[in-house]
Amino acid sequence: MTKASSKRATPPPGDAADFVQLLTPDGERVSHPDYSVDFNDDELRGLYRDLVTVRKLDAEATALQRQGELGIWASLLGQEAAQVGSGRALREQDMAFPTYREHGVLYCRGIDPIMPLGLFRGVDQGGWDPIANKFGIYTIVIGAQTLHATGYAMGIAKDGKVGTDEGEAVIAYFGDGATSQGDVNEAFIFASVYNSPIVFFCQNNQYAISEPLTRQTRVPLYQRASGFGFPGVRVDGNDVLATYAVTRAALDNARHGNGPTLVEAYTYRMGAHTTSDDPTRYRVAGEIEEWQAKDPISRVRKLLERENLADAAFFTEVDAQAKVEAVELRERVLALPDPDPSEMFKHVYPHGSPEVDEQAATFAAYHASFEGAQH
Amino acid sequence: MASVKADAGTISYREAVAEGIAREMRRDPAVVCLGEDIGAAGGVFKTTAGLFAEFGPQRIWDTPISEQAIVGAAMGAAMTGIRPVAEIMFSDFLACCWDYLANEIPKVRYMTGGQVTVPLVIRTANGGGLGFGAQHSQAVENWALTIPGLKIAAPSTPADVIGLMASAIRSDDPVVFFEHKGLFASKGLLPPEGHLVELGKAAVVREGTDVTLVALAYTVPIALAAAERLAAKGISTEVVDLRCLIPMDMTTVLASVAKTSRLVTVEENPHQAGWGATVVSVVVDEGFQLLDAPVRRVASANVPLPFADALEDEVMPTVDKVVAAAESVANF
Ligand SMILES: Cc1ncc(C[n+]2csc(CCOP(=O)(O)OP(=O)(O)O)c2C)c(N)n1
Repeated sequence: MTKASSKRATPPPGDAADFVQLLTPDGERVSHPDYSVDFNDDELRGLYRDLVTVRKLDAEATALQRQGELGIWASLLGQEAAQVGSGRALREQDMAFPTYREHGVLYCRGIDPIMPLGLFRGVDQGGWDPIANKFGIYTIVIGAQTLHATGYAMGIAKDGKVGTDEGEAVIAYFGDGATSQGDVNEAFIFASVYNSPIVFFCQNNQYAISEPLTRQTRVPLYQRASGFGFPGVRVDGNDVLATYAVTRAALDNARHGNGPTLVEAYTYRMGAHTTSDDPTRYRVAGEIEEWQAKDPISRVRKLLERENLADAAFFTEVDAQAKVEAVELRERVLALPDPDPSEMFKHVYPHGSPEVDEQAATFAAYHASFEGAQH
Repeated sequence: MASVKADAGTISYREAVAEGIAREMRRDPAVVCLGEDIGAAGGVFKTTAGLFAEFGPQRIWDTPISEQAIVGAAMGAAMTGIRPVAEIMFSDFLACCWDYLANEIPKVRYMTGGQVTVPLVIRTANGGGLGFGAQHSQAVENWALTIPGLKIAAPSTPADVIGLMASAIRSDDPVVFFEHKGLFASKGLLPPEGHLVELGKAAVVREGTDVTLVALAYTVPIALAAAERLAAKGISTEVVDLRCLIPMDMTTVLASVAKTSRLVTVEENPHQAGWGATVVSVVVDEGFQLLDAPVRRVASANVPLPFADALEDEVMPTVDKVVAAAESVANF
């Protein structure tokens, strides 16, 4: 054990040669024997708008945190294509279980982007209805949501909601670090033996806080799926077209009753782990530049330009609109009201409990005594 | 206990964690550390800063992200004679490896008829007050208190961090060592080399005659601030820093209650099944005749910790709440 930690025995499982790619970093479309997309021009422009918007909103959240308006923020910078590609691949009936970084998927689900900011500003617990929005709560205990997702998938299968074009499917998001948790491996096993309608979507952003991928695995992550008995696919996670195509196919497979798939979206976390982290402590020199050249947004822009699908006015308008949304977001965040202290006793139990009710009453009396004293 | 020199300089609670570990690692080559991000990054709370540079990857193991594996492997490694110091990043995640804490580690010696011991330390950042929400803020010393076979330390000062860390690492018993997130930035005297604080010895950190406050870790400074306010109201308050929950130094608590005849516990855990309930039960059982007033417990409300800073303050013990409780027993 001490030996293993002293040096990395194998080359990092980062060689991306065998991933699915439909759009190169230079904005050139390439074909793949198994995967393709048939977006019309409007849809392609729509994807570009999504990417720009989620990056802009995310940058605004980071800025708000830096200015002391949010407690913490986990930026998605660099992972926009993985999130927009998979998020747009979801059908309305599909259920998503996120980590704490899936702001882009949340956006694609049509949830008000202010919701997670309320959470990280500490004025509420987040507030979106996971069932109504088909998007679970942000899960910070690493890996837990993969089991929630598996159980959900087992539930919809039991209810007979799979097997047709209109069937339901589930997607579980997690990171490369999470793959070391027992939970994630146990989720693979349950999903496998129950042939559950689920897509395990791993955003391999190369780091778990400070720990590089080599601390979690000696084999490419997608290859782990075969040991559990279901397919694994690695996709260029900075390619929104390929991510969409691969996720769509995996979801459709699940909804038709053909069981789980592991998708490894190969990407890179361009920012810090969270605003509390200082990546200069562990990043390898040159890495950022290397990944900058594979930026998920600029390749779509190059494609739109190359194929004359958009002009300068379009790009200016998209930027301007994203900015408007970001400014609006900021104003709304700053206007979020502080919660009433009595809120803290709500929702501990669905119908209250004698102990909690008594505490709430004592609390009210205690506060009333202070108010009395001030007058 | 070695005395702390007044001229020894100061150190933060955060730095004291790394200093305490480093002192033991220099002394005993069998000590190794394992955990997430503890290597080059120096820990997410910077409590292992400098250890990787000094001791290298042979003794500082940055592990994959699995609490079960960290604590389970610590147990196995301890069987080889190594003294593992395992880090669980947030104490809330002790729940992720509870089998090892509840079923495996504390039972090895018992179930092998005393033939195998696992001398390990599980260190973890504990407690609230920083607005980290329901799953990153809990004070969970009382979880471990339900398990015979574990020892529990929860220091309130940098000197105690160093002194108790030394005792915990040298102990043949598994020790769960709670480092309080809310105290990391606090400063105190740097104790001299060789400073040891025996596990299970409480400290009387303020003497008084009217009320005894028993506190632990983060609630010690709260109790001290309350004592200051109570003094202004003519109530003389004794503050006992329990330091450890197992062993629990009830001798010191009972001696204090013998002086003051009044007891208030100041706990960060929820009121339900908090460690203060154990303190109170012993006082009522063995020292009922010492008491002149009902015993009061100031603890967190029986709710998950809210994300909202304003609400978190309302849930947790505060100086106001302690003053009110102490006054009520003093004026009984
Ligand atoms: C059970 C558990 N252990 C540790 C942590 C602390 N932690 C928060 S994020 C993180 C790294 C996760 O890395 P990865 O799964 O790769 O996702 P990423 O943050 O890179 O998106 C860790 C260890 C946690 N939140 N939960």
